Amino acid sequence: MKNKYSIFSLIKNAFSYHENWEKAWKDPEPKKEYDAVIVGGGGHGLATAYYLAKKHNMKNIAVVEKGWIGGGNTGRNTTIIRSNYLWDASAGLYDHALKIWEGLSQELNYNVMFSQRGVMNLAHNLQDVRDLKRRTHANRLNGIDAVYLDTEEVKKFCPIINTSQDIRYPVLGGTLQRRAGTARHDAVAWGYARGADEMGVDIIQNCEVKGIKRNGDTVEGIETTKGFIKTKKIGVVAAGHSSVIANMAGLKLPLESKPLQALVSEPVKPIIDTVVMSNAVHAYVSQSDKGELVIGAGTDDYVSYSQKGTHDIVEGTLNAILELYPIFSRMRMLRQWGGIVDICPDASPIISKTSIKGLYFNCGWGTGGFKATPGSGDLFAHTIANDEPHKLNAAFNINRFVSGDLVDEHGAAAVAH
Amino acid sequence: MFLINCPFCGEREQSEFKAGGEAHIVRPKQPTELSDDEWAEYLFMRKNIKGVQFERWNHIHGCRKWFNMVRDTSNDQIKAIYKMGEKPPVE
Repeated sequence: MKNKYSIFSLIKNAFSYHENWEKAWKDPEPKKEYDAVIVGGGGHGLATAYYLAKKHNMKNIAVVEKGWIGGGNTGRNTTIIRSNYLWDASAGLYDHALKIWEGLSQELNYNVMFSQRGVMNLAHNLQDVRDLKRRTHANRLNGIDAVYLDTEEVKKFCPIINTSQDIRYPVLGGTLQRRAGTARHDAVAWGYARGADEMGVDIIQNCEVKGIKRNGDTVEGIETTKGFIKTKKIGVVAAGHSSVIANMAGLKLPLESKPLQALVSEPVKPIIDTVVMSNAVHAYVSQSDKGELVIGAGTDDYVSYSQKGTHDIVEGTLNAILELYPIFSRMRMLRQWGGIVDICPDASPIISKTSIKGLYFNCGWGTGGFKATPGSGDLFAHTIANDEPHKLNAAFNINRFVSGDLVDEHGAAAVAH
Repeated sequence: MFLINCPFCGEREQSEFKAGGEAHIVRPKQPTELSDDEWAEYLFMRKNIKGVQFERWNHIHGCRKWFNMVRDTSNDQIKAIYKMGEKPPVE
C-alpha cells in the first residue's frame, strides 16, 4: 500500500529535505506471461491499465513502453480539455472523459491540476458563426454546457483579444464551454502509473515491441527488446506509431502519421485566464501555471515520424496570434517542439477490436487525444476485458471505414485538424 | 523545412508543395464490382510506413504539376523523385 499524498506527507517529507519520498512506481523486469499487455506507456495506455486493474479486476497485466512513460505525445500536447464536439457519438465520448477529469485528482490521490478555466472558440466569418451556433445547439441537446458569445461578450471574457473589425480575420463571435480547461499533462501519466502500479500492474520502460506473434487469427504474445512476453490480449495505444505496430501483425489501419507542433513563450505575469482557440486562423493559446504562453500550431501535410515540423507552420500560427493579440508582439518564444499524431480520415479515434482475436487498437486521436485520456482508458479497458465495446465507443470501431458509418468531426470539432 | 527538387522547376522550398499521400494506389478498374472491404482498402487504408515510402506531391505554388517521391519518413530525407507514369526506382 502506497502512502497517501497529503499536506501532512508534504510537511513530513520537508523535514528530510524531500529525499525520502517513496518511488511512485516500480521498475520491474517483464514476467514470462501476462493476462493482458498494453503497448504504449502514455496517458491513454496507463489509464487503460489502471481501469483494467480497478474496474475489471485484471491484475496480471503489463504496460510496455519503448522510451519513458509520458515521454511521447502525453508530454508534447497543449493540455486542452473540452467536450464541445458536434456529433452525438463524439459528444458522448469526450464528455465521458470530461466527467472523469472532474474527479480525477481525488480518485488518483495525485494532483493533475485540472483547471476548468473555460475554452473559447472564435468565429471569424459568417460560416464560422453559423457552424459555431449549430454546434452550440447540438452540445446543449447532448447535455454539454455551451454558450454562444457575440463580439462584445468575447472581448469581455478575454479583454486582450483584438476585436477590431478592421483586421484580416475579425472576431465575429465565439462559443464558450465553461467546464472545459487544462490539466498538467505529466501528472496525468504519473498519477495513472502510480495508481496502476499500486494495483500490481508492471510498468516496463525502455522496452520496445519488435513483433507480434500470431497463431492463425489469434495473438500469442509480443517480441520485445527485453524478450518474448506471452499474452492472450494485446491493447495497442501507440499513437503516431500505431501503423508500425499494426504492420507487425499484418494489419493496415486508415491512419496517416504527421508532425504537429507547439511552442511556449518566456514566462510572464497572468495575462490570459482561459483557453482561446481559433479554427479559421489556426491559433490557440493558454497560459501555464508557470506563466508561459502555451501555443498550439497545426500539422504538416506529409507523413513523417521525425518529430519535427516545418517552420512555416509555426510562422503562420504566430502571425495569427499576433493579429489577435497585439499585446504579445514583443514576447519571445522559449521552446518549440513536434509530436507525431495519427490522423483518421474522419478525424475521430478508433477504440476497437480487430480481425485478429486478442488484438485491440486505441488510436487515431490525431491532434486532440489528451482531453480524452481518462475516458479513452476507461472505454478501452472495457473493450479489452469484455471483448466487446462499451456503448460509448461502439461507434468508434474500425469497421466504420468499411460500413461508411463515419464520425466526421473534420471542421465540426471546433478546431482544424 | 527541406528542399524538394521539382522535376519541372528545379529545387524549391517544401512550403511551395502539397503532399498528396501514398503513391501508386490504383483506382479500381471496375468500381461497380467492388466489395465494401475493397472500397475501404482503396479509400482509407494506408501503409503509413516509418521508413522509405512512395508518395505523390504537387508543386501547388509553382508549376502545379504532380510527381512522385521516395522519402524516408523517419528522417524526412528524399531518396528519389520521378515523374508520374515513370517506373518507381528499385530500392
